Amino acid sequence: MSLTLDLALARGAFRLDVAFTAPPGLTALFGPSGSGKTTVIALVAGLVRPDRGRIVLDGETLLDTRSRIDCPTHRRRIGVVFQEARLLPHLSVRQNLDYGRRASFRHRAETPGLGFDDVIGLLGIGHLLARRPAGLSGGEAQRVAIGRALLARPRLLLMDEPLAALDAARKAEILPLIEHLRDGAGIPILYVSHAVPEVARLADTLVVLESGRVAAAGPAATLLGRGELGPEQAAQAGSLLDMTVTGHDAESGLTHLSGAVGRLSVPRLDRGVGALVRLLVPARDVLVATRAPVGLSARNVLSGTVRDLGLLREGAVLVTLACGEGAIAARLTQASARDLGLKPGLPVFAVVKSVAFDPQGIGAGRAPRAVEI
Amino acid sequence: MAELSSAGLLGDSLGLTPDECTAIALSLRVATVATLASLGPGLAVAWLLARRRFPGRGLLDGLVHLPLILPPVVTGYLLLLAFGRRGPIGAALAEIGIVLSFRWTGAALACAVMGFPLMVRAMRLSLEAVDRRIEQAAATLGASPGRVFLTVTLPLALPGVLAGAVLAFAKAMGEFGATITFVSNIPGETQTLPSAIYSLTQVPGGEAGALRLTLVSIALSMTALLASELLARRLARRLGVE
Repeated sequence: MSLTLDLALARGAFRLDVAFTAPPGLTALFGPSGSGKTTVIALVAGLVRPDRGRIVLDGETLLDTRSRIDCPTHRRRIGVVFQEARLLPHLSVRQNLDYGRRASFRHRAETPGLGFDDVIGLLGIGHLLARRPAGLSGGEAQRVAIGRALLARPRLLLMDEPLAALDAARKAEILPLIEHLRDGAGIPILYVSHAVPEVARLADTLVVLESGRVAAAGPAATLLGRGELGPEQAAQAGSLLDMTVTGHDAESGLTHLSGAVGRLSVPRLDRGVGALVRLLVPARDVLVATRAPVGLSARNVLSGTVRDLGLLREGAVLVTLACGEGAIAARLTQASARDLGLKPGLPVFAVVKSVAFDPQGIGAGRAPRAVEI
Repeated sequence: MAELSSAGLLGDSLGLTPDECTAIALSLRVATVATLASLGPGLAVAWLLARRRFPGRGLLDGLVHLPLILPPVVTGYLLLLAFGRRGPIGAALAEIGIVLSFRWTGAALACAVMGFPLMVRAMRLSLEAVDRRIEQAAATLGASPGRVFLTVTLPLALPGVLAGAVLAFAKAMGEFGATITFVSNIPGETQTLPSAIYSLTQVPGGEAGALRLTLVSIALSMTALLASELLARRLARRLGVE
């Protein structure tokens, strides 16, 4: 189930010209404000018409300006979760949830989906059914909005910065739900965000937008590792590591993880032994040592070899280190890289402080697979 | 006419003459019919002006507002020219048995035309105020444009739509110039409340009757306004706007 699009639009000074294919899974549309992410969502949903373009979902052409095909929004069966929940204010939560179900009965057979009880269970909104939207908090409203979109049995789910209007606590509450959706709902998701931690945690594929154009597109792990996130976000380059919890150490308050890159310790995680987690290790939190460090406070020392060095802006260097069967990236100044004499093939040690791991950045992992950085 | 006799009973207790009761009942009937008949067209025109761009939009807007600016007598005379027995539309209607001139139906038409701009203005403002983003969300949930209108736009615009209807009703209750020019001032048929008050002021000894009817007129208008205010507020609360 994939989405292919090729769209061009000009509105005043803003020009959009994007083309990419989103494979199954969660594809993140990433970029700074004004880069055109929301416009792409509006175009895919059919709320805006492009000047020229094509949209093909799962083999069905939804839009082709050249052959004058234009499927109207209400027939595209594409669910949208907006930044502001956009609940129907004159209906109760239950009626909001039911609103999309009526239309879904027509195509129920073709689109697998979650039933009413599954959805309210997954989102934890059972106790809100009789309430009115005006009486809901931001997090509750957003959860209802997600439920409502799912119950309409869409073939594709578009999420336009759904967490932007929420505080950290609400974000922490909803991020795992989106992970569940990604892993369990069986429909592809196109997720817009300008926040690296969100994208790192959720994305399988990443499409980076810059001023209305696609600056980079590819597997999330690859792009994040290479720091290809656009000029403003390059500083947030990092390595996506899929690891397994091997044990907890109550005394030191740490959880031990094991993965392709080796063993890591992070501040106590609320996951059971054997659980899969995904970490984003920011490249700027990784140190490189040419000799085994002694008397250092950092607990995570991985041994490996330099694979390559990539020049970043402002005189920084992204060093990719092959550790074990995986890879980890470190961000150094050019001067440091030169002083250490880093070159491909050099055996080195990667050092990460265990408290460098942001609990928000630690998500549910996927089964370990070979990750190319 | 059943309503006239029950009105007569009420009128007796209030000290109104049978003619005065007739005028009140007729006004109520004319205003009600005028308002109900123009709800559909009013909503349609309001929606067109609020949501659609088309050549001639400005012209339509101008035409709708014409009765507001023209002298009411002019509007009444134009209605007479068009809908009178010998007018183009009037003659065609007479063929199928509908006669408007010198009938209460003509009075209803005059009131509807005069109240139309007020109704359309209120409805249009209310439609424009409906959050399009909510309508978009409904469309993404599979609702066709028709379903969106009936289940989202109209309910959310209801306070304004109702206000438009009440305004038109109030205007119809007070319509004088166009009515008297188009359908004249026939007691029992086209003598509405304002026409009755006017007739009474032209006759020596009619001041008491004129005063009585004036008070009734004020009472009816105030009731309509209060009722619409209460209804609008209750609706707004249900919509979660308050």
